[in-house]
Amino acid sequence: MQIIKDKQLVESNWTYVADGDALNEGDITVSLARWNEEKSALQAHQGKVGVRLESDADVNVLAEDVDSLTLVELNFPAFTDGRGFSHARLLRDELNYQGEIRAIGSYMPDQAFYLSRVGVNAFAMKNADELAVALSTLDDFSVKYQASTL
Amino acid sequence: MYQYNDNDQTLINERVTQFRGQTERYLKGEIGEDEFRALRLMNGIYIQTHAPMLRIAGPYGLLSSPQLRKLASIARDYDKGYAHITTRQNIQFNWPKLEQIPDILEELASVQMHAIQTSGNCLRNTTADHLAGVCTDELEDPRPYCEIIRQWTILHPEFAYLPRKFKIAVSSSKQDRAATQLHDIGVHLVKNDAGEIGFRILVGGGLGRTPIIGTEIRPFLEKKHILSYLEAILRVYNLNGRRDNKYRARIKILVREEGIDKIRDLVEAEWLRIKDGMEVPAETFENMIAQFAAPTYDESAANDTSFAEKLADDVAFSKWVKHNTAEHRVAGYKAVFVSLKAPDCPPGDITDSQLDAVADLADEYSFGEVRSTHRQNLVLADIQEAKLYELWQKLDALKLATPNIGTVTDIICCPGLDFCSLANAGSIDVTREINNTLDDMDYIHDLGDIKVNFSGCMNGCAHQSVGHIGILGVDKKGVEWYQLTLGGSSENEAAIGQRLGRAIAKNEVPKAITDILEVYVAQRDSEEETFLATVNRVGISPFKEKVYANH
Repeated sequence: MQIIKDKQLVESNWTYVADGDALNEGDITVSLARWNEEKSALQAHQGKVGVRLESDADVNVLAEDVDSLTLVELNFPAFTDGRGFSHARLLRDELNYQGEIRAIGSYMPDQAFYLSRVGVNAFAMKNADELAVALSTLDDFSVKYQASTL
Repeated sequence: MYQYNDNDQTLINERVTQFRGQTERYLKGEIGEDEFRALRLMNGIYIQTHAPMLRIAGPYGLLSSPQLRKLASIARDYDKGYAHITTRQNIQFNWPKLEQIPDILEELASVQMHAIQTSGNCLRNTTADHLAGVCTDELEDPRPYCEIIRQWTILHPEFAYLPRKFKIAVSSSKQDRAATQLHDIGVHLVKNDAGEIGFRILVGGGLGRTPIIGTEIRPFLEKKHILSYLEAILRVYNLNGRRDNKYRARIKILVREEGIDKIRDLVEAEWLRIKDGMEVPAETFENMIAQFAAPTYDESAANDTSFAEKLADDVAFSKWVKHNTAEHRVAGYKAVFVSLKAPDCPPGDITDSQLDAVADLADEYSFGEVRSTHRQNLVLADIQEAKLYELWQKLDALKLATPNIGTVTDIICCPGLDFCSLANAGSIDVTREINNTLDDMDYIHDLGDIKVNFSGCMNGCAHQSVGHIGILGVDKKGVEWYQLTLGGSSENEAAIGQRLGRAIAKNEVPKAITDILEVYVAQRDSEEETFLATVNRVGISPFKEKVYANH
């Protein structure tokens, strides 16, 4: 699947393993609940491991784990649900998470710029057209007011 | 007033380009209705009954004469020749075409104006006292802090998809003229025991369907922490505010359901974590205060004697001065209210030619600046007393000198059923009927300070729940009815009005208002007792008995 990562179109081979399904090979993400329950098994996984956060998640529970994770997916249930924007800020600023933060789910390509400013650096979208729009919007603004954001 | 630097200008230019692209994609069918709705709302565009409505930001109500002239030309070229001033000091056009709005925004950007975040579930325009910097009861000019807050809100990437809209107001005076207790956040400049000036922060006030008066979350905040504290409140709200029901989504509901102590704990914990990284440097405050430096007042203004003579000679002039001017901190000056409440005009409306004329008057008499007020009038803030007589004559010729500021005919009124797709009932037409009934200016003056607020639906854009007299339009099986409330206030003693009784029919409203006024005149213990004081003393029963006597 093509995604945007660090302002480039790249191929992503990550797969999401639903709760209850057997872990597959390669790079995988799991739910926060599964991460918490099977942390040691997941840390022994051959590929890389990431966590998928829903919009009602408390990101602080990942405080001890950020160094074990290479991907955090923020799953937007609707483009109007802005909690993911704060989750990204907290992951970067409070937990000092350095890995990839990827926006997934129901959000607009027109939100990519704001997402990039709160620390999201990767974007999965519904189709190639939306990816193209999202990529173009990342340069919408050359100036900003908030010193505290990216 | 604040002048844009290159970054400010670049930002609003880039915003125009962004929205032009979004509009083109929408018109080509490449953006869905729901998605475009969110994007257009954050550029101030509603789809109304007849046409889109465009709401332009009036930052803390401050406008320059070139900005007024630009609004006049937009009214002429893109609209039907008038604009409307809102309760949050913004400016609305009711008839633009969607495909032309990017052009309008480009025109606005040429005079340092925009429509960013004037609607939508985001941080809205920061409002302030319309007499900021000139009034006599002020600790410090609040506008530099408003501008610092405004810049923090504009395109804030984290808080553009909040549970619901979010409004901040700032006041620095003893008399709260900015309704700060009825905002999501109210900021008051205060002095602590050590003599330092900082901020008292209120949270969780709001109007609409569930009017609630704000609660103090922090009694004193050092100035340098203002943005970190606001950011902490917004993050707590963004993460915890209800998203399951739009009528339960404002921060006022979160504060009420969770309790102020829990919200304070969450906010303070977040604030302690972020505050050191977000201090506003002293230099930023100094530079911003310099942007709002007082104009060069004429030191000889106080020596004038002609003003006193004119006051003694001309009764009409002295009545206008009494009602439509306010004391100024500089001797020999007054602040002048430009009444947008002429009896036969929709409240808050101003024509293109009036806008141009007021711009000229601002240039001639008031250092080229105008303010818009919470009660939908304009202010020329720096008028020499010696010039008041000629200014009055010019305003009178423009129909902008109705001597009714603060009186019963200075009605706050929403656009109502005539324009708004949310409205349940007409408001402008009923206001006109009330004005027709109250045609005796001496009687109006005798009644004194009465704030009538009139909304055409529960959303309460005209703040009816805090009107001394509130009128709320409701729909009953397709018929317009009106619910009256008494005793509300948005000032220091903020209060939510009490319901007088069952809703009344449209044609009964003017009579009900005159009945209420008659009861007040009969009940007041002296001519000094204001309407609100009388209602608070005697309760609503005498008013109720009179209004419903014949039913």
